[in-house]
Amino acid sequence: MKKLSLLVALALVVTLFSGFAPEARAEETLTVYNWYDYIDDSVIEEFEKETGIKVRYVNFTTNEEMYVKMTAGGGQYDVIMPSDYMIERLIKEDMLVELDYSLLPNAAGVIDWMKTPAYDPNGVHSVPYMWGTVGILYNTDYVDEEITSWKSIFDPSYSSDVFMLDSIRDSIGVTLKMLGYSLNTREPEALEEAKQALIQQKKDGIVQGYLVDEVKDKMIGGEAAMAVMWSGDAMYAIMENDSLEYVVPEEGSNVWVDAMCIPKSCKNVEAAHKFIDFMCRPDIAYKNMQYIYYSTPISAVVDMMSEEELAYEALNPSDEAVARCEFFNDISEYMSIYDKIWMDIRA
Amino acid sequence: MKRSYFAGPYAVWMILFTIAPMIFVVFYAFHTTDGGITFDNIIRCFDATTMKVFLRSVKLALMCTMLCLLLGYPAAYILASKDFSKYKMLFVLFILPMWMNFLLRTYATMSLLENRGIINTVLEKLGFERVNMIGTEGAVLFGMVYNFLPFMILPIHTSLKKMDTRVIEAAQDLGANPFRVFARVTLPLSVPGVISGITMVFMPAVTTFAISRLLGNGNFMLLGDMIEKQFMESHDWSFGSALSLFMMILIMLSIGLLNRIEPNKGEGGGKW
Repeated sequence: MKKLSLLVALALVVTLFSGFAPEARAEETLTVYNWYDYIDDSVIEEFEKETGIKVRYVNFTTNEEMYVKMTAGGGQYDVIMPSDYMIERLIKEDMLVELDYSLLPNAAGVIDWMKTPAYDPNGVHSVPYMWGTVGILYNTDYVDEEITSWKSIFDPSYSSDVFMLDSIRDSIGVTLKMLGYSLNTREPEALEEAKQALIQQKKDGIVQGYLVDEVKDKMIGGEAAMAVMWSGDAMYAIMENDSLEYVVPEEGSNVWVDAMCIPKSCKNVEAAHKFIDFMCRPDIAYKNMQYIYYSTPISAVVDMMSEEELAYEALNPSDEAVARCEFFNDISEYMSIYDKIWMDIRA
Repeated sequence: MKRSYFAGPYAVWMILFTIAPMIFVVFYAFHTTDGGITFDNIIRCFDATTMKVFLRSVKLALMCTMLCLLLGYPAAYILASKDFSKYKMLFVLFILPMWMNFLLRTYATMSLLENRGIINTVLEKLGFERVNMIGTEGAVLFGMVYNFLPFMILPIHTSLKKMDTRVIEAAQDLGANPFRVFARVTLPLSVPGVISGITMVFMPAVTTFAISRLLGNGNFMLLGDMIEKQFMESHDWSFGSALSLFMMILIMLSIGLLNRIEPNKGEGGGKW
């Protein structure tokens, strides 16, 4: 009796978690794995209408989450959109398909410097989807000087007026840049120097807080003078509050690219190419840019932008700004050192 | 026929969602990310950085528990007294906040306390100076007390309600003044409620994570935040598990300590 009820209960639990049987595969389907809230939904509908391929669209919130889902199995994806350093790692681990550019005519429209990025030499495994920088978002109501340097966020005269990103590599990275090092450095002395600078910044009472998602709303509400921020979030904040401005400091910063790749587990490589090519079509890329307000890698879309849009550093970074920026490299095996430094600063 | 098989579904539930996860936590705590056995993660739980976070968590949790007790006991006492028993609405008002999601409440508290938030805007309109509240330890403590106070009031209220009023009447008949009645009869009889109140507040308080980030602006990292970070950002499941194990032992010890001072075991209140 006891065994029977145990069995029944077990069966119940199993059915609870097994979900529903998949739909019959009468038509072609494509599973696209992208960042949360990172596409204009009408674009997917348009793709389905034009090609007859049904898109199953799923989301992730961090590169690491995507990596875990992809490697631990459980999910089968046809097109993924990770960031630069993650692409570097996936290539190293031989998990990406080499792209066939004859199936991607629109990819020719990608801005030149992004065609052969450091994380994917010759661009054989990835086509850029969106890109941006890390910089300082500042409120001109509280800041009288022109902000040009990372030193400003370490300036004690801004007491409790600076928000730092609670993101290990970004915050340590920009400090390394201020000190004149690469943001991919592994030199213990450089990292120690950055750590001391960040601890001093906290001791001096300059930091109002270490947050991620909440910062843009706080900046819109005028809670602080400055914040370290990603260009896309900065653009969102600027649209809501006219007093805000964004700058990529002169010491340089991080530039990042989220790009479309096809994992080796892809079941329909041809359809995956169709999707990537579709995303590169100028009218589609323009729609996406208008919706998410991140920088577009398609040069034709830049030409379509209005004077006003082009003037925003956060939306249309200048070539000089990009030239002083660096990509993050994959430092997965060294990450625990960065982790420890960040914990020492935050604790 | 034995009825123990009624517990079958729960046994399965417990194996899947209590025992199995515990085994995983212990396993990860003693293994490196590539599978080797290690004690480094446990040792790291005692380094200066972790200790700082740990002491801060315990300090804030103790302060929160104390404040909840100071605020909660009188509230529970008044609510349980005869004069108020007809005002059911009052009791509902005490637990009403629990009907709302705690994150939502904390976000609302955040916009109240911000430098250019609602309270400061009103203060400025009235001609006062702005008060810096957000991002302070006080704000975190406030958020914790606000969120956990019902957990203190409810068990104390229950134990006071269940109290045999004839005992109190007997004390009064024997000539005890109201203070003596409270100190010698009511208070000792409500100890089980107080103990379970303390446990129910201390446990979530010492494991708090979102409140410290939202109201403390991330300036006061607590153990809960640190554990969350290991899993969500650093992907160091081993150290995260070691920290969780460390915290479980901490809670177990404090509950063991509390149960020792409970005078009349098995009566009233909750058992922990």
